[in-house]
Amino acid sequence: MAKKTKPLRFDTDWKYDPAPESASAAKINEQYELFIDGRWQKPQSGKYFETINPANEKILSRIAESDEKDVDRAVRSARQAYEKVWKKMTPAERGKYIFRIARMMQEKARELAIIETLEGGKPIRESRDFDVPTAAQHFFYYAGWADKLDYAFPNKKVAPLGVAAQIIPWNFPLLMAAWKIAPALATGNTVVLKPAETTSLTALKLAEIIQEADLPPGVVNIITGAGKTGAAMVNHPGVNKIAFTGSTEVGKIIQRSIAGTKKRSTLELGGKAANIVFEDAAIDQAVEGVVNGIFFNQGHVCCAGSRLYLQESIAKEFIQKLKDRVATLIVGDPMDKNTDIGAINSKSQLETILKYIQIGKKEGSSIYQPACTLPKKGFWCPPTLFTDVAQSNRIVQEEIFGPVLAILTFRTDDEVIEKANNTPYGLSAGVWTDKGSRIFNMTRRLRAGVVWANTFNKFDAASPFGGYKESGFGREGGLHGLTPYLEII
Amino acid sequence: MKRSSPAQILPDFRRTRVVDQTGIEERAARFTKRSIKQSSKQQALNQVLNMIDLTTLEGKDTDQKVRQLCYKARHLHDELADIPTVAAVCVYPNFVRVAKKALEGSSVKVASVATAFPSGQSTRAIKLADTRFAVSEGVDEVDMVISRGKFHAGEYGFVFDEIAAIKEACGKARLKVILETGELGSFDKVRRASDIAMYAGADFIKTSTGKIQPAATMPVTLVMLEAIRDFYYQTGRQVGMKPAGGISKSKLALHYLVMLRETLGQDWMSNEWFRFGASSLANDVLMQIRKERTGQYQSAAYFSVD
Amino acid sequence: MPSNNKSSRLSVLKTYKLYIGGQFPRTESGRYYVVNDGSGNPLANACLSSRKDLRDAVSAARAAFGGWSGRTAYNRGQILYRMAEVLESRQPEMIRELQQSGSSSAQAKKEITACIETLIHYAGWCDKYQQLFSTVNPVASSHYNFSVPEPMGVVGIVSSSENALLGLVQAMCVAIAGGNTCVILANTDRPLASISFAEVLATSDLPGGVVNILTGKGSELLPWMAGHMDVNAVLLDPSTSVDRAALEQAATVNLKRVITLKKEDILSPYRILDLQEIKTTWHPIENIAPSGAAY
Repeated sequence: MAKKTKPLRFDTDWKYDPAPESASAAKINEQYELFIDGRWQKPQSGKYFETINPANEKILSRIAESDEKDVDRAVRSARQAYEKVWKKMTPAERGKYIFRIARMMQEKARELAIIETLEGGKPIRESRDFDVPTAAQHFFYYAGWADKLDYAFPNKKVAPLGVAAQIIPWNFPLLMAAWKIAPALATGNTVVLKPAETTSLTALKLAEIIQEADLPPGVVNIITGAGKTGAAMVNHPGVNKIAFTGSTEVGKIIQRSIAGTKKRSTLELGGKAANIVFEDAAIDQAVEGVVNGIFFNQGHVCCAGSRLYLQESIAKEFIQKLKDRVATLIVGDPMDKNTDIGAINSKSQLETILKYIQIGKKEGSSIYQPACTLPKKGFWCPPTLFTDVAQSNRIVQEEIFGPVLAILTFRTDDEVIEKANNTPYGLSAGVWTDKGSRIFNMTRRLRAGVVWANTFNKFDAASPFGGYKESGFGREGGLHGLTPYLEII
Repeated sequence: MKRSSPAQILPDFRRTRVVDQTGIEERAARFTKRSIKQSSKQQALNQVLNMIDLTTLEGKDTDQKVRQLCYKARHLHDELADIPTVAAVCVYPNFVRVAKKALEGSSVKVASVATAFPSGQSTRAIKLADTRFAVSEGVDEVDMVISRGKFHAGEYGFVFDEIAAIKEACGKARLKVILETGELGSFDKVRRASDIAMYAGADFIKTSTGKIQPAATMPVTLVMLEAIRDFYYQTGRQVGMKPAGGISKSKLALHYLVMLRETLGQDWMSNEWFRFGASSLANDVLMQIRKERTGQYQSAAYFSVD
Repeated sequence: MPSNNKSSRLSVLKTYKLYIGGQFPRTESGRYYVVNDGSGNPLANACLSSRKDLRDAVSAARAAFGGWSGRTAYNRGQILYRMAEVLESRQPEMIRELQQSGSSSAQAKKEITACIETLIHYAGWCDKYQQLFSTVNPVASSHYNFSVPEPMGVVGIVSSSENALLGLVQAMCVAIAGGNTCVILANTDRPLASISFAEVLATSDLPGGVVNILTGKGSELLPWMAGHMDVNAVLLDPSTSVDRAALEQAATVNLKRVITLKKEDILSPYRILDLQEIKTTWHPIENIAPSGAAY
């Protein structure tokens, strides 16, 4: 940078007026029951919990809390549907049901997006342009596999596993439901699915769609509740398969609970992805990729590029560009179509993030947060950059699951590969360079299940996703996403 | 060329920064997701009007046609109060005098294409003469074209020197350098041509002549805005941007304005540093302004077509 | 030590050591145990490996992983084939050793032959399974996207009790053909052929550390293997009698994969896949030509 040059100014005279999406296009009931055996059933205990909008802390609805008996009802219903209906149905017919669900999701896309944003806190732009369409794509993709499984594994016979218990997180509620349900159904399994307790609504809306699609009762059961409900699902003897997306900590508990049983499992857990930028990269596109890598969905992304490794020769310039870009991010009302960073999903998650920001400061790192006015109510965290960071710092080692980026530098390829792999996790990684041969070296040597080269945070129903090491096992998406739901004989 | 300091070293234009097409297109698409409403929209529409270079560059142009265009430039739509004028009128060199006279007393600038526009296929002497003629006729801004053939042949020094020579011939007139991006073939080459033009002394870089398709697109404009940003951080010198051709709807113009705001920020948000090279855009913006003010959807029949 | 040797000359008794990092060390613990022949008479001493031997073996396997997984698949295939060649040439000795451990002559011959066939079979898989399990994924954006199998890393192998040598060779092939390195706990009762097999490995161009073989008690070593933070997977022979629940629980410390070798389908490339991760790579595609261009 030339010495006298003033930094660019993004506090422009021209501002964007609020452009809120209308909440009235979505219908949210005052209370939701459990979706078991194709019907809405009251929880055995009669207990309900409240779900709130994290952007204003207002109550959105009351959600049924399932206990062990409810779980048992749901699993029995899934078993019955498996044995009596779903297993016997021709694969082509199964596929048509799944296609039907995909189409109905597309029809209700706007309503689903609004509810996803109201309850989850994510920007409406992301719900509308990413979560909902990608969820529908998953159903559409796997629908087509239902009658083609014999071609997927040449010389092998395949059989469904039975009842799949699926537990999903709060960061992509509808999309994760789709990732779980679509392949399970296509492979002939039946499902008991539990959304996270802070984000039940779109899964329940999906239950409405499933009911409307006339899926045979019990093929998909959606029950709500917190960790205890999940534990009851994992421990239920009638379950053949556990599919879990969430923290590594809980993943380990699940693996321990099913040790020695015949239950199969797929675990999609935490991450601490390295995003590596070489000096020859397309710098401005790399800046954009880094921003999307860490600030997409408020950083509530297991594959978020939370460790940025910059080649020393471009570090200063890159950080300046990153700050310029971050200055244009709009933090605020998730329902505003212009919002880039919405609300943190819950109070407890906000506390975790703020704790790590404190840790980062105490560890001696320099912090940068752009000036932004945050709403008074609700849970908010501005985009945060940490520089002067060391590999041994906790903000480099531990998953924060928020909009916090740790920036480190490197000099040689070897050094950065070693640092990037220096983590218990192995979910994803990013590399930015214009040199083809280096891309192939890096993508091969990075120990991670998904490697984005000159891009980041891309997802597709046809693309397998899942981790190495403590990021879990099994793949979701693509041909490889069929395997975890099949006995391959 | 003028150098900001003697120590400044020219970059090696064979090694200009690379651009990733998919990444540029994704970023450009992201700007179009901004929803511009209410007073923000009214403010932006006025801003767009004020950034337009009304253009007529046709073989059939006459003095009368140019006068009509200049009248339009000063009186965009008299029925609407409090609307700005356009930034400039852009004509061939032989109409500069007519345009200057027609715009006397207004803030509207006169720009002229020069340098064997639009192909640029002529000798250096003729291009310089073309430029000097326009300048002698009192032009405020010169829009030159680069020698794309030489550029593709890798003769970057030739292209650089030509721009530097024209810049010198411009005197006080500001120089806009047209890259003709539709003939360059890749974003990497657009980036390289942008760098050459800026280091050679361009006051503005401009996408297109309007005679070649594709003309301005958001991604290509973004590549050039990013080049301007890097040049600014390298040298401290501000360079303006002019997308030209293909921007005829106000909605698209607002997307460009968002792109400008979020790429270069406040210091570029005026017609001193950003222009739209367009002729039919103005009427669409006027229709939008009237719609915003009256709440009614508009008909083109009510807006003059000069 | 065996004293029932009837030959006129005093025979030289073989000392059975461990195979770690391409070397043949004794156990650091200085412990040993007596291995009996088929009739229950003492045959030889074998090392009673300690958890520190296990630790050393895992370190050696980790150190070898980058090099082994980074070799060309063709080269890995050649090395497995070389193992088969060396084993073929040492058949008589290995057969004798199996017989000493209680196999009949026919059984021993059959087992060694099967070991050789397995090595050759897997030598051929080294550069082929990737093509069966890789995909190019048609994503709905301007990106090139492909998925390939990659080795998990360091695999702990608990070898079988029946056909001890064959079980070991099968499990080893499954692991190393796919680029993993391994630490093998040889069968406690019949470890001798395993150590002799290590001599085959040591003379087969196999880099040190890719395969490490320990003798001793599974009950002693297994918990340490399952709990080791640098072991990525444990491959169990179905015939081993281990407390699977305890093993799987211990394995959760680093989410290691616990896999039972499907012996009924041992020739299938799916066995290699059992010890592979799938890596998916994305890269943008430049798309300058107008869509619909006819070239």
